[in-house]
Amino acid sequence: MKQVRFWGTRGSLPTALTSPDIREKIVSALVAANGRSFRNRAAIDEFVDSLPFSVGGTFGGNSSCVEILTDRPEHLICDMGSGARPLGQAKLARFGVPNPQTYHIFISHLHWDHLMGFPFFAPMYIPGNRIIIHGCHEQLEDAIRLQMRAPCFPVDYSQAGASIEFDRMTPGKPHDICGLTVTPKLQLHAGDSYGYRFDGNGKSVVYSTDSEHKLDDNEAFREFARFFSKADLVIFDAMYSLAEAASVKSDWGHSSNVVGVELCQAAEARRLALFHHEPVHDDKQLARLLAETRRLEQITRGDRPALEIVSAHDGLIVDL
Amino acid sequence: MAYLALVVARNYCLTMMKLPTREQSGVLIAEVSGRIDHTIAEEFTRALAPLLSNCALGRAPLLLDFSGVIYISSAGLRVLMMASRQAKAQQGSFAIAALTPLVQEVFTISRFNLIVPCYANVDAACQALAQ
Repeated sequence: MKQVRFWGTRGSLPTALTSPDIREKIVSALVAANGRSFRNRAAIDEFVDSLPFSVGGTFGGNSSCVEILTDRPEHLICDMGSGARPLGQAKLARFGVPNPQTYHIFISHLHWDHLMGFPFFAPMYIPGNRIIIHGCHEQLEDAIRLQMRAPCFPVDYSQAGASIEFDRMTPGKPHDICGLTVTPKLQLHAGDSYGYRFDGNGKSVVYSTDSEHKLDDNEAFREFARFFSKADLVIFDAMYSLAEAASVKSDWGHSSNVVGVELCQAAEARRLALFHHEPVHDDKQLARLLAETRRLEQITRGDRPALEIVSAHDGLIVDL
Repeated sequence: MAYLALVVARNYCLTMMKLPTREQSGVLIAEVSGRIDHTIAEEFTRALAPLLSNCALGRAPLLLDFSGVIYISSAGLRVLMMASRQAKAQQGSFAIAALTPLVQEVFTISRFNLIVPCYANVDAACQALAQ
């Protein structure tokens, strides 16, 4: 494994920037520029790069879709949220047609925000492509087909040009896929969800979203700490504040930045990526959440090595 | 066997959480100290239980003096939330005071400052709770 690329990072529902959001960014940038003039485009780019990410960029709004890049020709993808649309477009742009590709897709669970990108994943319509959909849910294939059935969608699943296979995985059991060891883990979420741990070439990545952690369940805490053990990157559902997750949004099936830090510290993980962002949070709120999470890690670190913390955004590439 | 019993008793004493109490302005103050993490959360719950059972309508408000707490984890915060809920259900008054700066930051970051009443110091808490 070489890199992880985030194509969709938003939780529950794709979320678009609004005109007021963009206006606020422009105003903030102009205030920061303070009347400066720029010699050329490069100088402008340099200035934009110096702005806070919440002003010069955006966390993005596509729902869950994460790509794991390896040295092999096969493509590995976690979840088919709306981020699968730009991912599919990028693959077609890069490899062209016809140029058959193989895609391994790991589905955390069957809620719509994690499947909705599949009908828009262009490689599925291209004959010669091979798509293997891995998951642990008994209804995996039914759920994929269901969303492409009238009246939900105009193109029926039967119109897929690619060869599509389904692989039912067993939770807790390591599976050899594309030269990696992939281990699913049952997580607490309505209808169940599964996290995936990918091990290979001395690197480990954990994809653990839509997973609630009950604060009084010490055994589950230890299990997840083992699941995350010494991972190079843990992609973690940090949708709510700890207070929300433990009170008004208890049993909603999501977790917090605080639990993410605690689990990664217990697991001696190297890097934590906050993921599955709350749709009502704007870029400023997400940037603040990241700063607070880094501060929490700093003040609770003790003698441990530092845990690197990033907040995933659409387009982010993390080198492993 | 006697040695084993001694070891068990000693360990029990070591892990048994003590919450010394005092009274100020009609408020029952319990002192909490050390690290409140996953390993101690259950013990913290047990130690709070007798104090909370008396935290009801017409009884003295219960205030936790957190000046000696150096760390609190999510599991510890949950104990406080449950305590606050129990007191509310019993129509009692429950609060925390004198958080150290780092513990205060944990409360703010976790947003637990929004769901558990917190006061800057014991005097301010007693003044508010006694009303």
